[in-house]
Amino acid sequence: MKKMMAMLMACGLCAGVAKAHGQGNTINGAGASFPAPVYRVWTYLYSEKSNIRVNYQSLGSGAGINQIKSGTVAFGGSDNPLEKSELDKHGLIQFPMLMGGVVLAINVPGISSNQLKLDQETLSKIFLGEITNWNDRSIARLNSGLNLPDLKITVVSRADSSGTTYIFTNYLSKISKVWAEKIGAGPAVNWPVGIRGQKNPGVCNNIKKIRGAIGYTEYTYAIESKLSTVVLRNLDGNFVSPTIESFKAAGANSDWRNAPGFRMILTEQPGADSWPITGLTYLLIHREQKDSALAKSLLDYIKWCFEHGAQSAIKLHYVPMPENVIKMVYDELDKVRYEGKK
Amino acid sequence: MRNRRKHPISPETIDRVFKYTAIAGAIPVLLLMVGFLIQLCWNAWPAFREFGFNFLISVKWDPVAGEYGALPAIAGTITTTAIALAIAIPLSFTTALFLVDAPGWLGTPLSHAIDLLAAIPSIIYGMWGLFVLIPFMQLYIQPRLAWIPFMGEDYNGFGFATSGLILALMIMPFICAIMRDVFRMVPSVLREAVHGIGATRWETAFDVTMRYGKRGLLGGIFVGLGRAVGETMAVLFVIGNIHELPRTLFGSGTTIASTLAANFAEAEGMFRSVLFALGLVLLLMSFGVQIVAQWWLIYAVKKSGGYNG
Repeated sequence: MKKMMAMLMACGLCAGVAKAHGQGNTINGAGASFPAPVYRVWTYLYSEKSNIRVNYQSLGSGAGINQIKSGTVAFGGSDNPLEKSELDKHGLIQFPMLMGGVVLAINVPGISSNQLKLDQETLSKIFLGEITNWNDRSIARLNSGLNLPDLKITVVSRADSSGTTYIFTNYLSKISKVWAEKIGAGPAVNWPVGIRGQKNPGVCNNIKKIRGAIGYTEYTYAIESKLSTVVLRNLDGNFVSPTIESFKAAGANSDWRNAPGFRMILTEQPGADSWPITGLTYLLIHREQKDSALAKSLLDYIKWCFEHGAQSAIKLHYVPMPENVIKMVYDELDKVRYEGKK
Repeated sequence: MRNRRKHPISPETIDRVFKYTAIAGAIPVLLLMVGFLIQLCWNAWPAFREFGFNFLISVKWDPVAGEYGALPAIAGTITTTAIALAIAIPLSFTTALFLVDAPGWLGTPLSHAIDLLAAIPSIIYGMWGLFVLIPFMQLYIQPRLAWIPFMGEDYNGFGFATSGLILALMIMPFICAIMRDVFRMVPSVLREAVHGIGATRWETAFDVTMRYGKRGLLGGIFVGLGRAVGETMAVLFVIGNIHELPRTLFGSGTTIASTLAANFAEAEGMFRSVLFALGLVLLLMSFGVQIVAQWWLIYAVKKSGGYNG
């Protein structure tokens, strides 16, 4: 019965969102939890300056896509970019808002942040369940200076389906043939080992509570939870720490002109300083808007984010989009119409 | 002064209005129930068409390949509920027995404390489980008990034992409060008479108090059972959420309710239908338990010569 109550309440919530949507000076968005910390700051700052209120519900990428498709929100957030064909089918425009890093966080006594090094093979073997103890020889070989304890490895992954999982499993599929064949990439996969936590904070909590845990999470959440992050070897063979600079480096060589719908996956990118698990987070809006006032406020908000949001994004360890990409996004935004007009 | 005869509305009309108001209040319960069933069946249909009966006995859970099986979640639900009841029933029974006979200065505050425990929202139990119980289990309990068969060498604080323990704490106040009230309804004349013929306290409790309130006792247990089967948040926090069959008590798994809570917002297509199918299974499980309980109650009452208080 409790489940039913929850479902009823969820329906009520949806109805509430749809109702508020019609009021013009409120813009509702929902979706990815990966960029939610930045969106929260942006919506707050923007609401202070203008008389338009922006709500962003961090429900997850899948929910963001579902809700923008069904039209219950004005914009949807997703870390899992849609294919151009799917965008056209639903009359949607997709563009990147931010870059961020997915990091590995660990709870191993005696090892602090960015001390432990892992390469592609070791990392994939840990997540495949082939390496099960922190004192395994292949980990020790990469970390000669560290005192690795005899402690069981517990892998923590996401219980809900998530764009962060999509970015991370996309990376694992690139670095490990076995992973690509046996598991594959997706917002939810059949993890071979370990336990699961609910959303980014749930994963961080579980890592914090389990001695010997390793898990993947968005960078900000790892910092907020004061978890130790791991140094990874990138495509060029260098060991890099997760920082704004290494996230930025991953996006530096991207060919945006040949990416329909800005669909770009920044895992295992070339570059000496590139962080190997970098992700983009996207916004989705309808090409044909139903309400001209709402459309105007929505575009105004999005442009405000690009023009004034960079500072607060960097403060929260996200990378704002480079100038040339923003220019391309603006061209895309020009295609938004209301009853055939701009 | 009000004069009955001059009352503008006749008593018959008032009766009729009251009758229809009451019916109007009662009918929606039935409609709601039927509505739930229809909606669940409707949405679950694609999953049953795709996987057939196999859905109930398959252990696969691979969203990338689109293959789903309900058995781990069903088995997990049964396991956690069984652990919870195994802990909560004896605990509530003895507590309730004590409360009935306890001196007022001790019984009254304890009684209130139990009612207060029943009012704590489940999410609080979940947070307490995550922040207090899990580290405690991982560091102190599990290393000492891991040698026992079926406990599991492979532990990390999360899992069935921890979930069962939290659920037991959550349902204990409910069961205990109902049992206490049932025991209080036993006429004191009866109890005094039993004491009078030389019965010990245990004999009084077991042979008179318990039998007198059999229906109420079972009712209390089923309220607890219902809460344990359907509990989502507290379990979601501590069970580990993996789709594997329970092998050891310290191992991780999942339950139907926590699977639904974790995945519903994001699901679409076949995945969504699978979640509805799981919901239907949960509803049918609860129905099944209720039916068996009612049947057993009738049987037990008949056997003891219709004596049920």
